[in-house]
Amino acid sequence: MEHYISLFVRTIFVENLALSFFLGMCTFLAVSKRVATAIGLGIAVIVVQGITMPVNNLILNYILKENALYEMTGIQAFAGLDLQFLSLICFIGVIAAMVQILEMALDRYFPPLYSALGIFLPLITVNCAILGGSLFMQTRDYNFPESVVYGLGTGFGWALAIILLAAVRERIRYSHVPAGLRGLGITFITVGLLAMAFMAFSGI
Amino acid sequence: MKKEYRDALLNPLFKNNPVMLQVLGICSALAVTTKLETAITMALAVTVVLTCSNVAISVIRNQIPGSIRMIVQMVIIASLVMVVDQVLKAIPQTFLISKQLSVFVGLIITNCILMGRAEAYAMKNPPGMSFFDGLGNGLGYSIVLICVAAIRELLGTGSLLGFQVFGTWFQPWGIMVLAPSAFFLIGFFIWIVRTLHPEQIEHE
Repeated sequence: MEHYISLFVRTIFVENLALSFFLGMCTFLAVSKRVATAIGLGIAVIVVQGITMPVNNLILNYILKENALYEMTGIQAFAGLDLQFLSLICFIGVIAAMVQILEMALDRYFPPLYSALGIFLPLITVNCAILGGSLFMQTRDYNFPESVVYGLGTGFGWALAIILLAAVRERIRYSHVPAGLRGLGITFITVGLLAMAFMAFSGI
Repeated sequence: MKKEYRDALLNPLFKNNPVMLQVLGICSALAVTTKLETAITMALAVTVVLTCSNVAISVIRNQIPGSIRMIVQMVIIASLVMVVDQVLKAIPQTFLISKQLSVFVGLIITNCILMGRAEAYAMKNPPGMSFFDGLGNGLGYSIVLICVAAIRELLGTGSLLGFQVFGTWFQPWGIMVLAPSAFFLIGFFIWIVRTLHPEQIEHE
């Protein structure tokens, strides 16, 4: 249990996907103008990350890994087959499909949440934090429970980062920023400062 | 060379730079720039994939049904990235670099430059123009990547491409190899470019 808690805390603070691995930056910068929308997007990322990571983990361990297909089906032709080079296209397929299913399910069962998330749901498909998380899961060889924890942790970490940034940006609108830095420039520098603050967590 | 080709090629370099103005492809621009050689490899990979995907999507743009165009674009890009990933692993010189780039080669799929240019340009223009647009945007991305990486490696370790530039008197700036410095550098880069091109300044 302790192992999972430490993994969870580490993925949120020390190895924050947005602030120390720069993943999902495009949406991170584009959709962080208001706190309300940032919260909506953050929740969507947590949900999608929490679902796709375990699913990708199962696909990786039971289909793509060397000999996995052979052990599962017992068909001789699959012996020694290593399909890991296909992981990219499988992961992105799973993510796109999951987002689509989630969208339909929310529309049917939770209409208020669906309308709150709006256009952010489809945007998540091309958010590199989701695919990046799955690829990190592959290179670090997490098992199934670890991947569940890692998925939720990365989702929470990303949501925390975007909500913090949105809160700062709402304030920045009232300050005098040099003309050339207005908009994108000052946002980058703000994120840099945020990343520096998060660096203080390393070593925990 | 005809004028419109030249414009499609040269405009993305500074006037309409994908990273600094269109806010596309930020994630990888920040993550792979701790060393110059990884940045050059990444820039090359993205330029190749972007040029090929732009041409491929432009060739079949009239055959793609509107409702599934995202999936079609995604599959084309993902297949190209898989090829590049395998090539990088196969060449002995780039094998170690591809290990350092780890998940970021795969993340070219979700690099928004690719989807962005496919959607905004290749779906509307003939293959010839799309080729130059892809190449131009790839080079615009490369310029930012290589400049940032050169500064970070030079100040962070005192060397360039592994060769020692400064003597032993040089005290490396530790912050330059850490995450936050990438944000600051791109922020200042935007500031410089926007001071030179005042029409790019954002208005609230």
